[in-house]
Amino acid sequence: MSTPTIAEANRLFEEGLLDPVELLSEVLHRASLTEAELHAYLTIDHEGARRRAEAAAERLARGERRGPLDGIPIALKDNLCTKGVETTCASQILAGWVPPYDATAVARLQEAGAVLVGKTNLDEFAMGSSTENSAYGPTRNPWDTERVPGGSSGGSAAAVAVGSAVAALGSDTGGSIRQPAALCGVVGFKPTYGLVSRYGLVAFASSLDQIGPITRTVADAGMLFEVIAGHDPLDATSYPGQVPRWDAELDAGVGGVRIGLVRELSGDGIDPEVAEVCRRVLDLLSDQGAQVVEVSLPTVEVALSAYYLVAPAECSANLARFDGIRYGLRVPGDTVSETMGRTRAEGFGPEVTRRILLGTYALSAGYYDAFYLQAQRVRALVVQDFAEAYQKADVLVSPTSPTTAFPLGAKVADPLAMYMSDVCTIPSNLAGHPAISLPVGLDSAGLPIGLQIMAPALGETLLFRVAAEVERVAGFDARPRLAEGMP
Amino acid sequence: MTWEPVIGIEVHVELLTSSKMFCGCRVSFGDPPNTNVCPTCLGLPGSLPVPNRRAIEWLVKIGLALNCRINEWSVFHRKNYFYADLPKNYQISQYDHPVCVDGWLDVSGPDGAFRVGIERAHMEEDTGKSIHLGEGGRIHSATQTLLDFNRAGVPLVEIVSKPDIGTPPRARAFAQELREVILTLGVSDARLEEGSMRFDANVSLRRPGGPLGTKVEVKNMNSFRSLERALGYEIDRQRKLLEAGREVVQETRHWDEEAGVTQGMRTKEVSSDYRYFPDPDLVPIVVDTAWRERIAAELPELPAQRRARYLDQGVDPQTASVLSASEPDLRNLYDQAVEAGADPRTTALWVTGEITAALRRDEQLRLPAGGELAELLTLIEQGTVSASAAKEVLAGMLAGEGGAREVAERRNLIQISDSDALSEVVDTVLAENPDAVERYRAGEGKVLGFLVGQVMRATGGRADPRLVNRLLAERLG
Ligand SMILES: [Zn+2]
Repeated sequence: MSTPTIAEANRLFEEGLLDPVELLSEVLHRASLTEAELHAYLTIDHEGARRRAEAAAERLARGERRGPLDGIPIALKDNLCTKGVETTCASQILAGWVPPYDATAVARLQEAGAVLVGKTNLDEFAMGSSTENSAYGPTRNPWDTERVPGGSSGGSAAAVAVGSAVAALGSDTGGSIRQPAALCGVVGFKPTYGLVSRYGLVAFASSLDQIGPITRTVADAGMLFEVIAGHDPLDATSYPGQVPRWDAELDAGVGGVRIGLVRELSGDGIDPEVAEVCRRVLDLLSDQGAQVVEVSLPTVEVALSAYYLVAPAECSANLARFDGIRYGLRVPGDTVSETMGRTRAEGFGPEVTRRILLGTYALSAGYYDAFYLQAQRVRALVVQDFAEAYQKADVLVSPTSPTTAFPLGAKVADPLAMYMSDVCTIPSNLAGHPAISLPVGLDSAGLPIGLQIMAPALGETLLFRVAAEVERVAGFDARPRLAEGMP
Repeated sequence: MTWEPVIGIEVHVELLTSSKMFCGCRVSFGDPPNTNVCPTCLGLPGSLPVPNRRAIEWLVKIGLALNCRINEWSVFHRKNYFYADLPKNYQISQYDHPVCVDGWLDVSGPDGAFRVGIERAHMEEDTGKSIHLGEGGRIHSATQTLLDFNRAGVPLVEIVSKPDIGTPPRARAFAQELREVILTLGVSDARLEEGSMRFDANVSLRRPGGPLGTKVEVKNMNSFRSLERALGYEIDRQRKLLEAGREVVQETRHWDEEAGVTQGMRTKEVSSDYRYFPDPDLVPIVVDTAWRERIAAELPELPAQRRARYLDQGVDPQTASVLSASEPDLRNLYDQAVEAGADPRTTALWVTGEITAALRRDEQLRLPAGGELAELLTLIEQGTVSASAAKEVLAGMLAGEGGAREVAERRNLIQISDSDALSEVVDTVLAENPDAVERYRAGEGKVLGFLVGQVMRATGGRADPRLVNRLLAERLG
């Protein structure tokens, strides 16, 4: 058998054809077959997973399942705190750190009966777009192991793609869920900022970070979202109102829905094959009664620059706590400040160091107005841009990534080229809006192409409705080499 | 030509809320190290701050008491600097949008009343405590530093005065008045020695009417006396420098209580850039009109209002100040006694005098009820007990022997004001002292005092002296 989706597993559970222990075995078997090549996981919690799977199996046997995630093996990006399980953020500086508490999203998965398989690889502290910035070595793309899986949630996307997890959580600060999902041929969803508590997510850029699901299908993403979303008194930026229902209009189709193709994200700088596949999907939607229009987001290019000031500025303060005093790596020096300096110099990788320096600079006296404040103004303009675009369209679409998966090492030496990978995804983070990426086709090299759908804040109901239709018309059912044809 | 000191005061007040500023940990002092901590106040990865609404309410209270404008909308900023006892290596504080701005506090100083402007009052979190082991307990000579994070995240209000203060005694009076306000609001125990209220000062000298001079920040003054002394020393030091034609260096200096001097920090000071920016983990603080008005309505009577009321009630200014600065129990006793009909002026004198003294001797003392004190004062006024006997009555009352009249009777302290009874004693005394009578009649007036004394002695001090005088005068007439 191959690893089922959440929906399939639920059906198999109910029909008595599968139980959570068997499902976990299958997932761990997949991991054992693929990990040597893929390196999606940093930690696999065999014992904890088995314990939870057995408990879920008992609940299933007693007819007391807690819901659709009960007994489902789920992987967690290793920047989510897990009580008793090492959490490293793929950094040397947190090597061996075991959190004394669970992130709220993790705790909610546990309560729902999910079986947490392990912790997945990422770019160090979620800073990167290829998972090559992991201190523990890169994750590879399951479609072509000479290529990157995208990032920073590359481990989660790769694991879901090959079935070494049924689903996973990632975090998305500038596209870190959607871009690897696109490059690995799976679904990645970044909810509206504030819908999923950030408590226990090791912060990269607090005003942009959002936890979300990486799954094989749109419905799976919705089921995961439903469990992890909702107000959390431990997060002051958590949205206190009702969470929009993802499945309220799921079967309503796209008749009459105005779908806006973002002009600035469909021409220059976008791989023609990628652009072509996306346009073809729009034609199919149009056949289904959608009204496809072209809209403009004139600030998307400056949005990238604004992002690379705001995110580093916030990260420079967020990562100040890693100083060797209370936890994690300590490289002793003669004085306290020398200890802090040495620990940080040795503990952080080059990209993290680069962003901390950039952010520190952007916040410094004399530069604050020109950089940080100016970036915040651009952010306000992006929000305004979206508002105008949403006058003309109900949802916006674009490719998720300008290209399909690129070769390992291709952009390591050129940070700016790497930063360009996020040009399509960053605007939604700056605005705090929801966006989803789903696979819609393969390029001529057989690599998956992702389409991004964006909606206004709290527009999840419509977003999922359109996504479900895209999934249906695109009919993407390819699987990567590492998921299929294995002994 | 003279130099004029310009002093501004910066005050930190730890709020005694039940939980910390951004987490649920208990605010409690003296507990074993690192017992009141959690992921948030330890700055563990992934933890987040959630503001304590009560602390913000208390800050608004302070702001209103200091006649500040309360911003409807204010922001938490991150103040970035690396320090071992600062868990996140940034402090959540406020920068250009503090909760309270632009107020003032009226102070009655040793040389009259004056007003000090309040620049701002804002909310922040306290740091942990470093305990330096090794020589001298100073960071430079420490061989080991231990960290206690119980204090980390305790709500801290920073109050910044305008540089309106001209002399060290005025600075002290301002600090004392501010402490009284804080105590009256009940938001902190405001203990200087323990650091729950901390004063720093900025001092510079200028020519009268001239531009401001270079300012020096003076820290580490943990009593009102050391605040006044440190400022006196620092002003003197700067004056000498300037008069010698030298320059004052902008720096932070520590007050050394034992040596009686301020000392520059040993390390060379680099100007700090705290890289303030709005904390993205927190949303703006909104104090709407309804909330502000509710807090204003709940404000207690403030020290200045209290003093004004005492003056209105007829208490002399000196006593009014002392009473106003007294413990709440004593002030309540005053209020209740006056309510029960006692004369305010006398009551204030007794409360701030005898009763305060007795309380100082024995902190466990049970204060009399207002009605009981009123009864005692009535006994004095009516001449039933003498002023001196009344002290003994009070002692009996405080010892729990009963009400004023009961104690006076039991201890035989009721004045003899019955002229028939006293006449007998007077006649006996006159009969026993013929030569004194003789001398008096010969014009030696001071002998009268001797005779009064004899009568008092014969009555065990209980005779009403006014009556004794009258009776003697009649007979010697
Ligand atoms: Zn705490």
